[in-house]
Amino acid sequence: MPHKVQILINGRREEVPAHISVAAAIAAIGQGATRRDLTGAPRAACCGMGVCFECRVRIDGAEKLGCLTRVSQGMEITTDA
Amino acid sequence: MIHDVLIVGGGIVGCAIAERLALGGLSVCLVERDCIGGGATAASMGHLVVLDDDPAELALSAWSCERWRILADALPAGADYRATGTLWVARDGEEMEEAERKQARLAGAGIASEMISAATLARLEPALAERLAGGLRVPSDAVVYPPVAAAWLARQAAAAGADILSGIAVRNLDPAGVVLADGREVRADKVIIANGCAAPELLPAVPIRKRKGHLLITTRGAPTVTHQLVELGYIKSAHSTEGDSVAFNLQPRPTGQWLLGSTRQFDDTTTGVTPRLVSGLIERGKAFVPALAAVSALRAWTGFRPTTPDHRPLIGAWPSRPGTWLACGHEGLGVTTALGTADLIAAQLLQTATPFDAEPFAPARFAAEYENAA
Repeated sequence: MPHKVQILINGRREEVPAHISVAAAIAAIGQGATRRDLTGAPRAACCGMGVCFECRVRIDGAEKLGCLTRVSQGMEITTDA
Repeated sequence: MIHDVLIVGGGIVGCAIAERLALGGLSVCLVERDCIGGGATAASMGHLVVLDDDPAELALSAWSCERWRILADALPAGADYRATGTLWVARDGEEMEEAERKQARLAGAGIASEMISAATLARLEPALAERLAGGLRVPSDAVVYPPVAAAWLARQAAAAGADILSGIAVRNLDPAGVVLADGREVRADKVIIANGCAAPELLPAVPIRKRKGHLLITTRGAPTVTHQLVELGYIKSAHSTEGDSVAFNLQPRPTGQWLLGSTRQFDDTTTGVTPRLVSGLIERGKAFVPALAAVSALRAWTGFRPTTPDHRPLIGAWPSRPGTWLACGHEGLGVTTALGTADLIAAQLLQTATPFDAEPFAPARFAAEYENAA
């Protein structure tokens, strides 16, 4: 049984595996989009390695790349940052 | 068919010339080896700015900015022309004195500007650091998105009958015109070299040197800035002839992003981003706009300014080779001065009065030095 952590995504409490990235957590809970582009179209992690910048979200108040940030207990994530 | 004019290079300068000459009734062909507006045009900031430290450059940039204003309503929405004005920011009393001299020089060319006190500066642009001395506001300056403007100019030229070829290079010049990379010959009475840094590839004697620059764009959500902000120390940086330099230059994008410049380097002809210079941009930027520290950078890129020995563009006939004209070497001012360059070329080709003195830009000024190298 993998270790789990509780995080908040857009104010909703979620329990996710402790070893995954924020981008993976957003995908795992079915939220899908990390942000919206200028036309309002949803965007999500594409490269998964810090190049495309599509997974940028607000994490504990600061804009960060979801794919390069690991989840941690109590983390607050806001999409469409 | 023999074209009146063949233009080498589909950056904003070549496209502006194609538009101007095609509308002037000439038979025009433009050849771009990559895509229209894809080189220095796409890498640039698109700040339409009157620069006043050289009288010739002042005449060319003032005329050109006025031409952009006239064109603004016709440009497509994607060209994103906005009359932001420029706010030249002074850090101390010495730079405020420079701002006053700048105001006088601009006034001499009929350009209105306004001295800004420290208090007014803080009110106009609250994102600027405290303890700045003030500045000079030039309301008539503007910004444009250069690749879209270039593509639009090319379409206007095509609509007026010009042939626009892209994705094919000019292999060499020949007495009847040019030879393309696939061996095709395109015949023309006159050939205008408007391919910026690539000009010496066709004419090795043309004195153009690459000057690398870095730009950086932030993500959305940066604090509001309404003017293009430039430090008054910019000209010192722009006109230093050797070494690397960084000057603060910030453009607010309509998306809520900040476009941050600018660096200048000779002697690095690689296209890669240099972390030391990106750090330099950010540090310099933070000294003027502290909130930059909390904004994320989205992307940084580089481009090359085509630089001449006297920092003036080469516009006019190239005496070493009959029938060959130059419209290149605009350094960092090619977007601003594209329309004025086109007017100057058109006036000379069509033998009408030039809108301002063409002599300071005549490539012939380098002919003595380079005559044996052509």
